[in-house]
Amino acid sequence: MSTPDQIEIPSHEDMSSQLTGELKKLWRGESGLIPIVIGLGALVIYFQVRSPVFLSAGNLTNLFIQATVFVLLGMAEIWLLLLGEIDLSLGYVAGISAAIATILVDPKYHWSVFIAIPLALLVAAAQGALSGTMVIKLRLPSFIVTLAGLLGWQGVLIYIIDKQNSGGSVSIQEKVLRNLVSGDLTVFATWVLVGVLVVLMAFFILRSDRSRRASGLEGRPFFISVLKIVGLAIAGLLMVLIFNTNRGSFIVLRGMPYALPIDFAVLAAGTFILTKTRAGRYIYAIGGNVEAARRAGVSVDRYRLLAFTLGGLTAGIAGLLYASRLGGASDAIDGGTLVLFAVASAVIGGTSLFGGRGKMIHAAIGGIIIATIYNGMSLIGMSVATQFIATALVLLAAVTIDSVARRGSTTS
Amino acid sequence: MSSTPGFSSGMSLDGNSGVDPTVSQFLLSLRGIAKNFGAVQAVQHVDLDVPAGQVTALIGDNGAGKTVLIKTVAGIWGPSSGQIYWNGEEVHIHSPREAEALGIATVYQDLALCDNLDIVQNMYLGHEETRFSMLDEIKMELATKKTLSELSVSTVKSVRQLVGSLSGGQRQAIAVTRAVMRDSKLVIMDEPTAALGVAQTAQVLALIRRLADRGIAVLYISHNLNDVFSVADRIAVMHLGTLVSHGPVANYDTTSAVELITTGETKRTPAASAPAN
Repeated sequence: MSTPDQIEIPSHEDMSSQLTGELKKLWRGESGLIPIVIGLGALVIYFQVRSPVFLSAGNLTNLFIQATVFVLLGMAEIWLLLLGEIDLSLGYVAGISAAIATILVDPKYHWSVFIAIPLALLVAAAQGALSGTMVIKLRLPSFIVTLAGLLGWQGVLIYIIDKQNSGGSVSIQEKVLRNLVSGDLTVFATWVLVGVLVVLMAFFILRSDRSRRASGLEGRPFFISVLKIVGLAIAGLLMVLIFNTNRGSFIVLRGMPYALPIDFAVLAAGTFILTKTRAGRYIYAIGGNVEAARRAGVSVDRYRLLAFTLGGLTAGIAGLLYASRLGGASDAIDGGTLVLFAVASAVIGGTSLFGGRGKMIHAAIGGIIIATIYNGMSLIGMSVATQFIATALVLLAAVTIDSVARRGSTTS
Repeated sequence: MSSTPGFSSGMSLDGNSGVDPTVSQFLLSLRGIAKNFGAVQAVQHVDLDVPAGQVTALIGDNGAGKTVLIKTVAGIWGPSSGQIYWNGEEVHIHSPREAEALGIATVYQDLALCDNLDIVQNMYLGHEETRFSMLDEIKMELATKKTLSELSVSTVKSVRQLVGSLSGGQRQAIAVTRAVMRDSKLVIMDEPTAALGVAQTAQVLALIRRLADRGIAVLYISHNLNDVFSVADRIAVMHLGTLVSHGPVANYDTTSAVELITTGETKRTPAASAPAN
């Protein structure tokens, strides 16, 4: 029997064996973003070779804006995927949220955008909650309930838009809503925002390391933390350089589009809930073993409803940004395809369809990969047919790598 | 629910069935507990006493009603009739949460662990420590390490390992330790050694013994009479939904236990207070 007071001192361990351990962990998929990031890198190199404008500031900014809807809808879907559920209606939940906000701020009704946006988000959250309630109270499969939602909400969307008698679409005149995506921070604000974010994240990493050590727990090796912080700083610097380069042809166009801080905020809020709160812990537990969660005294239904609601709310945010990017809401929004891309984003990033495993960052990575494929293929002039087939292959490759890597890492 | 003194087919070795004065001597007492599922009588009129600091083994054939009985105590479902006394006072347990609030922890056959969570997260599931309403991981990790070492569970490498990567014996140890961490007064175990090898079984039995030595009452379902006779202080035998016999382990031997399990009665009388039918 080992003595309880034995504390391993990490600095005495061989650094290379630590590194191998970390690499093994990455390969097993516990923090397994590495294979996906390598895949993304390969895609980027390929497109850059084929089309030199791919890595231009203008195109990359455009790529991030294209990715936004996949990223946000993917994060919405992750709330459900973590439970082992799915919400197929989220594409049209986003569409309705876009329509409500767009119509209400239209000169015809002239509502304040600061009422219209919260109201649109409230409706989106309520739509998520409605699906959730039916799944939970009536014990219906979420696939079917939300398939009905996909059809029904599409009908509602067409009804709302056509009621405006404006030819199947309503364009945004209002400034705030229009600028959600296309407005930019100033060059200075971009520096400040990215700088503050990097410093904050470095601070949290170091503080968590320090408090673990102070409590006598073995922590993450110091050089791993340093590597993380250096990586964050480089990523931040790259972002600043990309967004602060002039990308306009006739007028000067610089600074980070508002869409990115919004993405970051949703990512940070979702990650915080999932990793730092009981609600997040319970969502993982329910997805891993619902019976275990129930027996541990978790109010399973309450947290399932919460996840459905948060999924709807996040989809609502996605809808607002989508409308902003398109410059309006239309009855032709293809919420069915959007939601499938959302699921693909989450899964490509490494989230399991069977519940209990996934992170918000997965949707961000997966969404950027999908946007990269579309953006790059359009640039090099590939057909839509090829784009769909390529996305399919990437999706299959991602789940295959994940499945193979995970095999053998559990006993059951 | 009305108490029906004397109306019991369970053979109480204490000579008491359904009458209340004795219940205050025990941590948990069941009086006339029955549980039906529709027309099926899974458990009928069980009187059972479980004292603190002792291991009570609940034995019986498949379908004898052992699991149904413990789930009644654990709050999975209420009894169809009968009373449950906790420290001499009648209680109604409507949910696992209420059972837990009393200090009853249950370790099920399927262990009820989340494979996708690590050991610390499983230990505290449903009872997370928080600081400024954020999870206090450090406090939970320290307490988990402390309890594991107190119970001499030394086989796990890191408490941040996912439970899905543990062996059967380790998982059992985690499930039992979790019950201890919650300051449980009664730990109910459903076949904790069923799927384990010899060495792991010995470890789990030693763990059960240590729980009793800490003053915890253990109610322990098993099919394995070797295990039962090596670790139990008291034995309770169920047959076809009724409790046919219960008392100190000294009152039984393997033969009488087997007879009770298979036929519900025994002619052997190893001790004076053996059951008579």
